[in-house]
Amino acid sequence: MRVAVALYGAGNVRSVELALRRLGVEPALAEEPEALLAADLVVLPGVGSAASAMAGLRERGLDTALCERASAGRPILGICLGLQLALVESEEDGGVAGLGLVPGRAVRLREGRVPRIGWAAVDPDGEAYWFAHSYAAESPATTATSEGLAAIVEEGPFVGVQFHPEKSGAAGSRFLGRHLERCLSRA
Amino acid sequence: MPLPRLIPCLDVASGRVVKGVRFRRLRDAGDPVELGAAYSDAGADELVFLDVAATVDRRGTAVAVAAAVAEHVSIPFTVGGGIGSVADAAAVLEAGADKVSVNSAALARPALVEELADVLGSQAVVVAIDTEDGRVRSHSATRDAARDPVVWARECEGRGAGELLVTSIDRDGTRGGYDLELLARLRDAVSLPVIASGGAGNARHVAEALELSQAALLASILHESPERLASLRGELRELGVPLRDAA
Repeated sequence: MRVAVALYGAGNVRSVELALRRLGVEPALAEEPEALLAADLVVLPGVGSAASAMAGLRERGLDTALCERASAGRPILGICLGLQLALVESEEDGGVAGLGLVPGRAVRLREGRVPRIGWAAVDPDGEAYWFAHSYAAESPATTATSEGLAAIVEEGPFVGVQFHPEKSGAAGSRFLGRHLERCLSRA
Repeated sequence: MPLPRLIPCLDVASGRVVKGVRFRRLRDAGDPVELGAAYSDAGADELVFLDVAATVDRRGTAVAVAAAVAEHVSIPFTVGGGIGSVADAAAVLEAGADKVSVNSAALARPALVEELADVLGSQAVVVAIDTEDGRVRSHSATRDAARDPVVWARECEGRGAGELLVTSIDRDGTRGGYDLELLARLRDAVSLPVIASGGAGNARHVAEALELSQAALLASILHESPERLASLRGELRELGVPLRDAA
């Protein structure tokens, strides 16, 4: 299975790469649109600010490649900021237009301690995963929540997770393993 | 709120864990990677690696530790000690760390906190605050930083810090319990997550700290023993602290 991790200056790429390797997958680190189009699964990691991450995608032409993939029904896994970039917009940095792969927008967390950092259970999944975020998706495509916040959104071939499976120990590894299998069975 | 966190802290000098190590199943207990992995297996929610040696190439040391740990540990970890610039911090995160911790460098130049938060995101920026006798201390607690801990905590929050790691030097190593008064003041003063540090002697102390803060840093109470971490988690659950099931 060919897995590409998008390299655009805003991801914890190393952690994602290592987590995939633990599952026996050697991912390609992809900075060119062609590499994203060729893969069976594209992982869009992301930490940091929405505006600079979006600019990083555009500079490399990866925004168009991701939209093409999604229209062709080919799997993409967005992680944390990678999920938020796939939405229509984010209210971060005074408002940032997203890729629009998923309906909804990223909004600033208004309750509890922000950033929201730590392990929290995901419902109905039942497992606790690692979260580290100040914004969360408000999306009709939400399929799992954590303390009332969107934890997973799904729209066609796009799956976005607000948590970091690559940093969620054994539970995260099981999640990634299940996701790879699901993509494999679709391919 | 996410679940309360227990965070073992490993002091590292020249790539080795310092302090006596008593975990008998480790082949090389001085290896931060092996000890970190053993803590992870014993249920640690996160790890902190602090470079306590003032070596010449501190960035190189921090990056090497981060890279080695990331290979073998799949829970979040923070690297601190000698990080003085965005370039230092970015190199550590690129190597696989999740957060950096800054202390004296932020006191010397508070704008560093903003620069780190702008480039790396607040969630990656921990400001460590050492307090003694109601004052902030710098340079491994050897100097008075002429600041009130709560005022400095608020300033760090305003500048974009993501978490505060607050160590009571008065309590550190005493095993007499955390500085609960300070933790209560910080809970009211900032809306960031706070990691309590300094003074843990037993499970009840840790439970008290977790009532007021979001995480507890564990150092001397563990004796560098992952087995002690596992037993402590069990004791905390019995006291009603809702810890993660790490299996």
